[in-house]
Amino acid sequence: MSDTDSIKKGFEAYDAGVEKSVARFPERKKAFVTGSKSPVKRLYTPLDDAGRDYARDVGFPGEYPYTRGVQNTMYRGRFWTMRQYAGFSTAEESNKRYKFLLEQGTTGLSVAFDLPTQIGYDSDHALSQGEVGKVGVAIDSLADMEILFDGIPLDKVSTSMTINAPASVLLAMYIAVAEKQGVTPDKLNGTIQNDILKEYVARGTYIFPPSPSMRLITDIFAYCSKEVPAWNTISISGYHIREAGSTASQEVAFTIADGIAYVDAAIKAGLDVDDFAPRLSFFFNAHNDLFEEVAKFRAARRVWAKVMKERFGAKSPKSLSLRFHTQTAGSTLTAQQPDNNIVRVAIQTLAAVLGGTQSLHTNSKDEALALPTEDSVRIALRTQQIVAYESGAAETIDPLAGSYYVESMTDRIQKEAEAYIATIDGLGGAVKAIEKGYVQQEIQDAAYTYQMDVESGERVVVGVNKFQIEEGSPKGLLRVDPIVGEMQAAKLKELRAKRDNKAVEKTLAALKAGAEGDANLMPLILDAVKVYATLGEICDVLRAEFGEYQQKVIL
Amino acid sequence: MERTIRVLVAKPGLDGHDRGAKVIARALRDAGMEVIYTGLRQTPEQIVSAAVQEDVDVVAMSILSGAHNHLFPRVTELLKEKGVDDMLVIGGGVIPDDDIPGLKAAGIAAVFTPGSPTGDIIEFIKKNLKRKA
Repeated sequence: MSDTDSIKKGFEAYDAGVEKSVARFPERKKAFVTGSKSPVKRLYTPLDDAGRDYARDVGFPGEYPYTRGVQNTMYRGRFWTMRQYAGFSTAEESNKRYKFLLEQGTTGLSVAFDLPTQIGYDSDHALSQGEVGKVGVAIDSLADMEILFDGIPLDKVSTSMTINAPASVLLAMYIAVAEKQGVTPDKLNGTIQNDILKEYVARGTYIFPPSPSMRLITDIFAYCSKEVPAWNTISISGYHIREAGSTASQEVAFTIADGIAYVDAAIKAGLDVDDFAPRLSFFFNAHNDLFEEVAKFRAARRVWAKVMKERFGAKSPKSLSLRFHTQTAGSTLTAQQPDNNIVRVAIQTLAAVLGGTQSLHTNSKDEALALPTEDSVRIALRTQQIVAYESGAAETIDPLAGSYYVESMTDRIQKEAEAYIATIDGLGGAVKAIEKGYVQQEIQDAAYTYQMDVESGERVVVGVNKFQIEEGSPKGLLRVDPIVGEMQAAKLKELRAKRDNKAVEKTLAALKAGAEGDANLMPLILDAVKVYATLGEICDVLRAEFGEYQQKVIL
Repeated sequence: MERTIRVLVAKPGLDGHDRGAKVIARALRDAGMEVIYTGLRQTPEQIVSAAVQEDVDVVAMSILSGAHNHLFPRVTELLKEKGVDDMLVIGGGVIPDDDIPGLKAAGIAAVFTPGSPTGDIIEFIKKNLKRKA
C-alpha cells in the first residue's frame, strides 16, 4: 500500500468515527468559515497536498515563485522595517512626532497628509475648511516640507509618503528638501503610494481622470529609474480595498489587477519592464484570521511572480518579487473596550510577520475613536518589537510552510485571485472594470455581507455584539486644534508675499506647456516646487489641463 | 398605505471613507426606504440643495475625517436658512463623545458612532421622522 493509500484509509476511518460523534455531540457551528467567509474543513491532511508541486509552486526563499519570501535570509538578515504612519496638525507638530518615533526605535518614517494636501488644495481653499491638519499633516509648499523634515537626515531614514493624485508634487518637495540638506536624489530611500486606481474604488483621494493620472504615474516611473533609483515609485495597495470590505482573495486579485494596469501603461509609454518593475512595491492589510492572512501574503507573491514572468516576460528577479508593506486592519478595531484592540493588533502583526512582510505599521488601540496619542502609538510599536524579539516567529523563514491548512489555503487564494483577474481581463483591464463599477460592486457586496453577519450574530466581534459592558466615554483622546487652518492660511499669505512670484509664474507656465504636450512632468514640477509654488497652484494648473475625475456612484 | 420614507445619504467634506455610508444606504433600502446616495466630497450647499430637490424626509451624513464639527452644523444652518424645518438630520462616523452634545444642539438629531447596528439607525429614523410617514 502506498503512503497516500494508507493516509486515505486512515482518514476515512477517522472521518467515519468523527461523523458518529458529531451526530451525538454537534460541533459549535454547522459551517466553519474564514474571516473572508471561505469554508474551513475540520481537518487538513497530506491528502490536501495533491496537485501541488513543491519546486514549482512553493520553492525556496528569494527564488521564483517567491511563495516563501522575497529574500533568501528574510528576518535572519534583518527585521522588517517598523514604520508607523503618522502626521497631524502642522509640520512643526508632526516633526516632533517623527522625532519621538525615531527615539522609540521606529526604523522608517511614514507620512500621513491631511485631506486637502491629498486632494491638491491649499489650506486656505474653501473646500479645505474644517479639514486642515485633521487626518494628517498640512503641506502647502516646500516651506512646510522643510519644517517637516527639520533635523531628520534624509540619507539615513527611509520615508514612505501616503500620497496619490499629487504624488509627483510631494516627491519633488522631498527631493528639494534633501538637496538643501546636501543629500543627492540617488541617496534617497522611500516610497510614494502613487496608486490612483485604488483611490477610485476604495479611498477617494483622486483628482484627475484615469488617463492623465496614468501618465503622471508613468512619468514618475521613468524619472525615478534614472534620477532616484532606490525610490519605490508606487505602492500598489490592497490595504484600502480590504478596509472597504473586500475579502482576502479580492484584496489580492484587485491589487494585482491594478498592478497589471500600471505595468501595461508603463510599457505602452515605452519603458522596458525590467527598468521600472524592480521599484514597484505593494501594500496589504493584516486582518484577524491569522492563517488566512498568512496564506494571502504567500499567494500574492506567487500570483505576481507568475504575472510578471508569464504575461510581461520580465527577466530580473527583482521584477518578479512582490515586496510589500503591511498595516494592521483599522476596520477590525472597535470603539467598544478599546484596550482589546491591542490584542487584535498583536495577532495581525504575527500574521504580517509570518507572511513575510518587508515593513509594518501597527495600529493603535484608540484609532476607532481618534488619531492615536503618543502612549498608544508606543504600545503599537512595542507590539512589533515583542513579535520581533520575543516570539521566535522571525527566527526561521516562512515557518507555516508545509502546514496542510496554510498550503491548501494559499492554493485556494491563488486560484480565486486568478479567476478574478481573468474576469477583469475580460472586462478590458482594471481601468475599464473600475469605470464600469465592477470592482466597487464586488467590494460593497462583501462589505454588506460582513455587516449583516455581525448584526445577525453569526460573526462575533468581541465587545460589540458579544461580551459587551457598560463603559464611560474614553478619556485622553488626541484632538487637533482647529486653529491649524488659520495658522496655515497665515503662513501661505506670508509665503506668497515674500517668494519670487515671477519665478513661480514662469515655472507654472512651463508646467502648463508640458502638460499640454507629452513632456515628462516630474522635472517641471520640481522646478515649480523649488521656487515655492504651492501644492494647490501646481494642481490647479494640472486640473485646468486634465480635468477632474467624476466618481461613478454605485450602491 | 404607508408612504415610503426618502433618505439622502451624504458624504460631506473631503473624506473618502464611504464603506459605512454605503452599508447604511443599503440597509435602509432593504428596510423599505428610498435611498439617494450623494457620492463623495459634497459641500454642505450641495447636500442641502440635493435634499430640497429630492424632497427627502431624512438627511444622513457620514464623516470619518474629524471635520464633523465644522460641516454637520453648516448643513442644519443652511436648511434653516431655506426655511426647511421638517427634515430629520442625523450623522455618523468617528466622532468623539465630547462632540455629540454640541452637534445635537446644532440640530443633528442623533449621532451614530462605530459599532452601531444598522437596525438601531432604521428604528431611530422610523420613530423620529418629523414628517408623518
